[in-house]
Amino acid sequence: MSGVLHDDYVPKTRGEKWVERRLPIISLLYGTLMIRTPRNLNWMWIWGIVLMFALVGQIATGVVLAMHYTPHVDMAFASVEHIMRDVNGGYMLRYFHANGASLMFVAVYAHIFRNLYYGNYKTPREITYIIGILMFVLMMGIAFMGYVLPWGQMSFHGTSVITGLFGAIPFIGESIQTWLLGASAVGQPALNRFFSLHFLLPFVLLGLTIVHVWAFHTTGNNNPTGVEVRRSSVEEAKADTVPFWPYFILKDFYALAVVLAVFFAIVGFMPNYLGHPDNYIPANPLATPSHIVPEWYFLPFYAILRAFTGDVWVVMFVDWITFGIVDAKFFGVLAMFGAIVVMALAPWLDTSMVRSGRYRPMFKWWFALLVVDFITLMWVGAQPAEGIYPYIALIGATYWFGYFLVILPVLGVIEKPLTPPPSIAADFAAHYDPQTGGTKQFAGSPAE
Amino acid sequence: MFKTLALGAALAISALPAFAEGEGHITDYAFSFEGPFGSFDKLQLQRGLQVYTEVCSSCHGLSFVAFRTLSQPGGPELPEDQMRAYAEQHSVFDETLNDGEGGERPATPADRFPHSSLSNAPDLSLMAKARAGFHGPYGTGLSQLFNGMGGPEYITSLLHGYEEPPACAPEDFEGYYNVVFAAGGYPEECKDEEGHHLFPGSWIAMPPPLSDGQVEFADGSRNDVEGMAHDAAAFLMWTAEPHLNSRKQAGLTGVIFLAVLATLLYLTNKRVWAPVKAGGRPIGHDQHGV
Repeated sequence: MSGVLHDDYVPKTRGEKWVERRLPIISLLYGTLMIRTPRNLNWMWIWGIVLMFALVGQIATGVVLAMHYTPHVDMAFASVEHIMRDVNGGYMLRYFHANGASLMFVAVYAHIFRNLYYGNYKTPREITYIIGILMFVLMMGIAFMGYVLPWGQMSFHGTSVITGLFGAIPFIGESIQTWLLGASAVGQPALNRFFSLHFLLPFVLLGLTIVHVWAFHTTGNNNPTGVEVRRSSVEEAKADTVPFWPYFILKDFYALAVVLAVFFAIVGFMPNYLGHPDNYIPANPLATPSHIVPEWYFLPFYAILRAFTGDVWVVMFVDWITFGIVDAKFFGVLAMFGAIVVMALAPWLDTSMVRSGRYRPMFKWWFALLVVDFITLMWVGAQPAEGIYPYIALIGATYWFGYFLVILPVLGVIEKPLTPPPSIAADFAAHYDPQTGGTKQFAGSPAE
Repeated sequence: MFKTLALGAALAISALPAFAEGEGHITDYAFSFEGPFGSFDKLQLQRGLQVYTEVCSSCHGLSFVAFRTLSQPGGPELPEDQMRAYAEQHSVFDETLNDGEGGERPATPADRFPHSSLSNAPDLSLMAKARAGFHGPYGTGLSQLFNGMGGPEYITSLLHGYEEPPACAPEDFEGYYNVVFAAGGYPEECKDEEGHHLFPGSWIAMPPPLSDGQVEFADGSRNDVEGMAHDAAAFLMWTAEPHLNSRKQAGLTGVIFLAVLATLLYLTNKRVWAPVKAGGRPIGHDQHGV
């Protein structure tokens, strides 16, 4: 591993030397486990481990579920009930798997907002960040296809609505939709291919995870101060960091155990709380549920999709200027995907020279508002599109784009940031200084 | 009775009533299986099975439930011979009989309950989970989270929710007025100028299935409408979630195990970090120093 100065693995025994000469796997593991990690990482740095654990758990439970599942429109629902009733421990497997998706999204949202606050996306970690966003998009695709498989009412009608979005693309939309579904409507071909992809894509996600870890092992972790590990000498690097094993592995495992305890409580005591009751009714193309709602983790983006209706002036203007090619429906689709694209562009939209939000007095408030905005969008996404709700969604969606496209670039210019601490070691010592009682953070001082 | 039921079903309003907003008042009945430690009451499930058999089954089916599960632990736990006798009362179509022509034979424990005998009477196997959507207030789901409100409360309230129709409704309006059922027909006469409903609930196709004292329980339990509805709802929760008892047990074991593990990891973590936080040199990598 390049990046932070560190000691290399040197094989000592004859056996180690024999293996190392042929395949440097021990040094790879050593380098990965012993990587120098900033010693001041806080509890928001635990979600990566949670995600890795959850992904492996989803694959393990998913492979077993696939042994008992039948991807056929007439048998899928019954095969899920077969898993719930007849397969040994099948009900636990399925509830683990269904709620495991929620666990992954809780963790990924915490992980993403951690990045946005501490400026992890800024140079030189753009590639780590972009791969992360790709993984997030892939995760959404996997979760969506997995939700189709039980072939309940919400599976069926949710799929019809979401794949219908592709039909909104001008000229080629309907062909794309037919190509995706293998038919003009959701049916057997769609179920079969979604099952196939739902099995395959998690392994792609696993591969991307390795690249993601490789990328940030190259640059080193960011940390709450946003100050880089000093690299002029091994001594300074050591003062700023500790090896990943045992310090952060133990810390991460502790956090993981706490998160999993909550997860087990949900699976054991209220496994259907996060799901939708309508999905316990077998899919019936002729009876549309009164209220089609996606799973909670899609709601913020679903709210953005629905926010831009035909009576919003921006939508009307775009419709007029493009001679009706970009109508309200297509505008909504563009907004939904655009909401993720602007997030991916954050490394280039954020103009501030200071990396961490901790030393950016104005940014803090705008960021807090972004979190509130995200939660509001999640809530409003589940409400019917009537009354005051569309206005709330529109304000929420506008702020989401405003944050990335206007606030981030402008703040970097007008904001007067505090001075970050000179080094991670200084921040850590200020935090744990035995003389001052030791819980104060390095608060920073105004520049100039 | 059966004639009324058939007639009522013939007046069906919709085949698969979907759950809508603005449901009527649902009473928060207490059930033995609520909360992290709750489990099914075997005797109540047996009474519920009796109500199902004598009343519900004339129209509704339980096509996902196998007879053998009636003897499984965590369910009604009928003795094996009773379960076999119960299965034999039903006949199933077997396509392997009569040289492949198929024919009826008495059911065995491996067979499942029959399907609904009326096309518009929904299968009840999963009803308690399919009607569990009370995500109030304001769609936050907090009521369901803290009050444990779910499908069984809905089913009990629905079966107990038949009332005299309001005077505004036409005499010949299809269905039966139920203050809990939200997805049925609703007469125009009972809406205000803006189209809001003046009365809760709607008109359901199913006639009131229960009347006081209809089912005689061997143990002399309450057999008014509310009592029978409560037992039937508990039974339907079991048909929807037959492994609820073992699931909660597994959940509790997991939580306790992880709480202990988390405590140990917390103490280990604290101890390992202590010298670093005190300003000392970290252990581990540095000891290997090259």
